[in-house]
Amino acid sequence: MPFFRSHVLVSVDPACIAAGAHDVIDALNDELVAQGLIDEIQVLETSRIGDPARFGPDMIVYPENVHYANLGVDDIPYLVEEHFLKGRVVEKFRAQEQVISDEELGAPKPKEVRIVLRNCGKIDPHNIEDYIAEDGYQALASVLSGMTPEQVIDTVAKSGLRGRGGAGFPAARKWQLCRNVPDHPKYLTCNADEGDPGAFMNRRVLESDPHSVLEGMIIAAYAIGASMGYIYCRAEYPIAVQNLNIAIAQAREFGFLGENIFGTDFSFDLEVRMGAGAFVCGEETALIASIEGKRGEPRPRPPFPAVQGVWGKPTNNNNVETYAVVPQILLKGADWYASMGTEKSKGTKTFAIAGDVLHTGLIEVPFGITLREVVYEVGGGIKDGKQFKAIQTGGPMGGCLIEEHLDLPVDYEALTAAGSMMGSGGMIIMDDETCMVDIARFFMEFTQEESCGKCTPCRVGTRRILDILEKICAGKGTLADIDRLEKLCDQVMKNSLCGLGQGAPNPVVSTLKHFRDEYIAHVVEKRCPARVCKALIRFEIQAPACTGCTVCARNCPVEAISGERRQAHTIDISTCIRCGICAQVCNFNAIAVLS
Amino acid sequence: MTDMTTMPSPAEVQHGPDGLCDNKRAALDEIINANIHRSGAMMVILNTIQNTIGYVSPDMERYVAQKLRVPVGAVHGVVTFYSFFTTQPRGKHTVKFCMGTACYVGGVPQLMEKAKALTGSEIGKTTPDGQLTMEVCRCVGACSQAPVVTVDDEVVGKVKPNKFPQLIKKLLEG
Repeated sequence: MPFFRSHVLVSVDPACIAAGAHDVIDALNDELVAQGLIDEIQVLETSRIGDPARFGPDMIVYPENVHYANLGVDDIPYLVEEHFLKGRVVEKFRAQEQVISDEELGAPKPKEVRIVLRNCGKIDPHNIEDYIAEDGYQALASVLSGMTPEQVIDTVAKSGLRGRGGAGFPAARKWQLCRNVPDHPKYLTCNADEGDPGAFMNRRVLESDPHSVLEGMIIAAYAIGASMGYIYCRAEYPIAVQNLNIAIAQAREFGFLGENIFGTDFSFDLEVRMGAGAFVCGEETALIASIEGKRGEPRPRPPFPAVQGVWGKPTNNNNVETYAVVPQILLKGADWYASMGTEKSKGTKTFAIAGDVLHTGLIEVPFGITLREVVYEVGGGIKDGKQFKAIQTGGPMGGCLIEEHLDLPVDYEALTAAGSMMGSGGMIIMDDETCMVDIARFFMEFTQEESCGKCTPCRVGTRRILDILEKICAGKGTLADIDRLEKLCDQVMKNSLCGLGQGAPNPVVSTLKHFRDEYIAHVVEKRCPARVCKALIRFEIQAPACTGCTVCARNCPVEAISGERRQAHTIDISTCIRCGICAQVCNFNAIAVLS
Repeated sequence: MTDMTTMPSPAEVQHGPDGLCDNKRAALDEIINANIHRSGAMMVILNTIQNTIGYVSPDMERYVAQKLRVPVGAVHGVVTFYSFFTTQPRGKHTVKFCMGTACYVGGVPQLMEKAKALTGSEIGKTTPDGQLTMEVCRCVGACSQAPVVTVDDEVVGKVKPNKFPQLIKKLLEG
């Protein structure tokens, strides 16, 4: 076999051919012959290297691993002489790799372990071959060719995988329950209705690595004996829906979905169903009603979906992240997965970090990491040198945790014991300029609006809780209101039909517990310590700092600011709507907020 | 499966007794026929109508109910349950204000005040000239870009309060 000291791989992607890749190859061969190098350098054709729109025609030279781009026939003699004869890399032809800054998901931060997010931003979600190249569908192949459904469930059980939707029910036990029901056909649903404000982990997985969810679902379907699956995706995620549909079509084409998958007698197919903007559809019985085309109202359980789900048939419902991790567990083994995490919470969890930390975005960390590590090491600490005040975990049904909780390990039990919950993985970090009464009111406004209205405790209770909170924020609350609030929260939690109502008072309960003095300040002193609640604050222009630049007056939506150019301005308190735009646009920090 | 021949024939004049013009009826027929065989078809059909026609009017609700052979109340119940369905046409452009936690804390309420002052319209309403509809929406999941608004389904992140008026003015004119 001839030995070549160097290999040149030229992209013959259709776009590169259109740009003259074949002419470049011819010119290259001619020049190598002319220079007497044709026996040392081999020219090969390959598929796409970089983005042809930016780089084509392009080539990679091995073993140096140099990427040359935008080559023309005229460039070849110089390139051959410099690179192959003299051994010097030609910098001017080198591809300028664009530095892509991904604000959601940058390079792994300290303490991160990426399993679910491993492919995000690395592979092309529209190309199934990219996923296959990263060991994609290998787990499915080994499951179908050498494992019984029971063995699959056993492996998942040993890995300790728990539902990532928030409740943390062991995935394998759920699968087993559904498998044991003697009724057919069985269905599989994937909850991609990621409605918690501030949570976008699932969106990223669906958009960037949809095949991992598909593969997990196909494996789960095999384990359970399901023949049809639905991915219920919220309407706010149009790109996720689009990428899922592309992925499903490609998987069908490759024989990973449809009849007789991998030539076995196992058949399974998938369909994406879109929501239409109803938060409660993240609750599994409501999700099932919505898939059936009805109003997304929850119903009492039992019967659980494992017994009576979609179309009254046994249905297994898991979250996006739960399915996405399944192929990795089967590929690398249950012991590998169980080696990460705490005693009862195994593996890793993705979180969306938002709020007042330096690095917001997505992270994936092993269970057992402390909240302090999340805030200060992964999140980079509080922005602008301010003080940490609280961290809200578990979305609008979760609770606020404070400084003393920071050393808690992140796992299902520890967060629940501290009065919050794991939830789907939103973490909002708040600094000392956040009003906790206002935050409680904000979450209550959300749940009150999203309450489906089926059961009275939730429909009326959340409205009443919100009324009281609005009264307190408006400076009209009394101490009796705080007692009433506590009683009401207790009743709504105990009597509501589904998780939405049962969890809705959580933000109020936890802020009342940890920040009671703030409530008291609103009620007794008519003061908002964080200077947020509009009725209790006023804006004032500090004369010495004001330069009279007029930017505040021009930006004020109600024209409450007056003053001559280069003279200190004043705010008319009676017109001011306390929107805060003036303080945002002021370049001299001349506007103070007083309470 | 619905047998189309047994259906009462739709009126041939514009805005027939069913309140629909021929174009709209044809569009509805196409959507319904493409999806009626699917299980749980109602959500799929209504979602498609909302996305292609832009709203689901009471007349359309009646038409869908008739074709699916379900009570009108069942269709109306679904339309009014989900916040994505609107019963009136939207403006030429739609701005949605994200009210996720990060955006709420990050200044979207201030942007809404600004927008109200600029348009003289309310959030949840369309300007009288039919140019712009402003709405509040749930977290679009672009929290690292807060504050976020969406303009005709395109996410616009890190909106600066002093640049925002230009954006609104462009939509009011173009």
